Amino acid sequence: METLAMHISNGIIDGPVAAVFAAFALVVLALCVLRGRRDLDDRLAPMAGLVAAFIFAVQMLNFPLLTAGVSGHLLGGALAALLVGPWIGALCVAVVLVVQALVFGDGGVAMLGLNITNMAVFGTAAAYLLIALLLRVLPRTPAGLGVTAFVSALVSVVVAAMGFVVQYWLGGTTDLGGNLGGLAGTMAGVHLLIGVGEGLITATTVVTVAKVRPDLVYALRALKPVAPAPAVPVAGGAR
Amino acid sequence: MSRRGWGFFVGGLLVALLLAGVVSNYASSHPDGLDSSLREGCTVDAEGEITGGSCPAQRERDHELGDSPLADYGVRGVDNDFLSTGLSGVLGVLLTFAVGGGVCWLLRRRDPQPTTGAARGDAFGDARSGAAGDGTGGGPAADDPVTGRRAASGAGGGGPASGGARAVDGR
Repeated sequence: METLAMHISNGIIDGPVAAVFAAFALVVLALCVLRGRRDLDDRLAPMAGLVAAFIFAVQMLNFPLLTAGVSGHLLGGALAALLVGPWIGALCVAVVLVVQALVFGDGGVAMLGLNITNMAVFGTAAAYLLIALLLRVLPRTPAGLGVTAFVSALVSVVVAAMGFVVQYWLGGTTDLGGNLGGLAGTMAGVHLLIGVGEGLITATTVVTVAKVRPDLVYALRALKPVAPAPAVPVAGGAR
Repeated sequence: MSRRGWGFFVGGLLVALLLAGVVSNYASSHPDGLDSSLREGCTVDAEGEITGGSCPAQRERDHELGDSPLADYGVRGVDNDFLSTGLSGVLGVLLTFAVGGGVCWLLRRRDPQPTTGAARGDAFGDARSGAAGDGTGGGPAADDPVTGRRAASGAGGGGPASGGARAVDGR
């Protein structure tokens, strides 16, 4: 099999910009560790390992797009956010990217901050904001969960792609002659299609987990529907 | 967590191993969305090599660790493509599971009381040891974790030391 690069390679974005994003990613991941620890119990920890492993596996499965000669693959931000929450979710995607960069030669090590920012940080954050919104208003049915997963996954892919466009605007190594819009358009278009695939994979996976083990779906635990009275933490438990 | 609980993780891992170890060989080998966007403006031959034009991908430089034994999702020294890709996928799944799960296991919240040993035993053993806790172990009630979490974090009010939080979890 020829070179299979899925993430930003060395030389695409210049060094200083990559370094700034590396620092940014490091700060955000530290925050995720601090905040995520509150979520992490004996059950979430193995789930986080499983989510990272699953994302790694599915990222290898490039699926063909309608556009001839182009493929797409899962990014995983929405899946992670749904199953283990935004903080640990971002860490899971970051673990995948770090392993890919350090062991599989995929995504430059110098570009790791950029890749983590786009997929682990922006992708997961965008997904969870939508999940938090949709899961509160949609019915608590498999269909409601599926729609939430599909929409949040689709949007998160496009957001991650636009993150790259911003980075390219800041530090792209090729002068596009003012045609950044062209790159943005191409990226948005192709990632809209990839987002459909991401949405289908995410929805299928999360609905399956929710059927087998609803207690393992973070978003279902953490987000209460709006309809009942606001769940204020009451001393002594809710029952 | 009940035995059924661990069954889920074992099953999930097997699915991931199957996807990365076998199905990965049937993945599309076309450049992905990012790669193809960066090649816009260039002409590319059948091998995927850039032959002319001008595009961002031309500035691509070698990977720092491009000679890693698992570089490009293959195992160096394994000539069979199918085996090489599959094996690298299997190793990747195990590695990400170990790193992701390991880091999170180390970072996880523990009870303020020194019940680590008990808690660890609990994770594997409550189906066996705890007829009391069992009624609920795998209970699909989606709300439990929330109560469980509160019980755990306020563990002072908890009471029964060993695996208390877990046992409370389901009542």
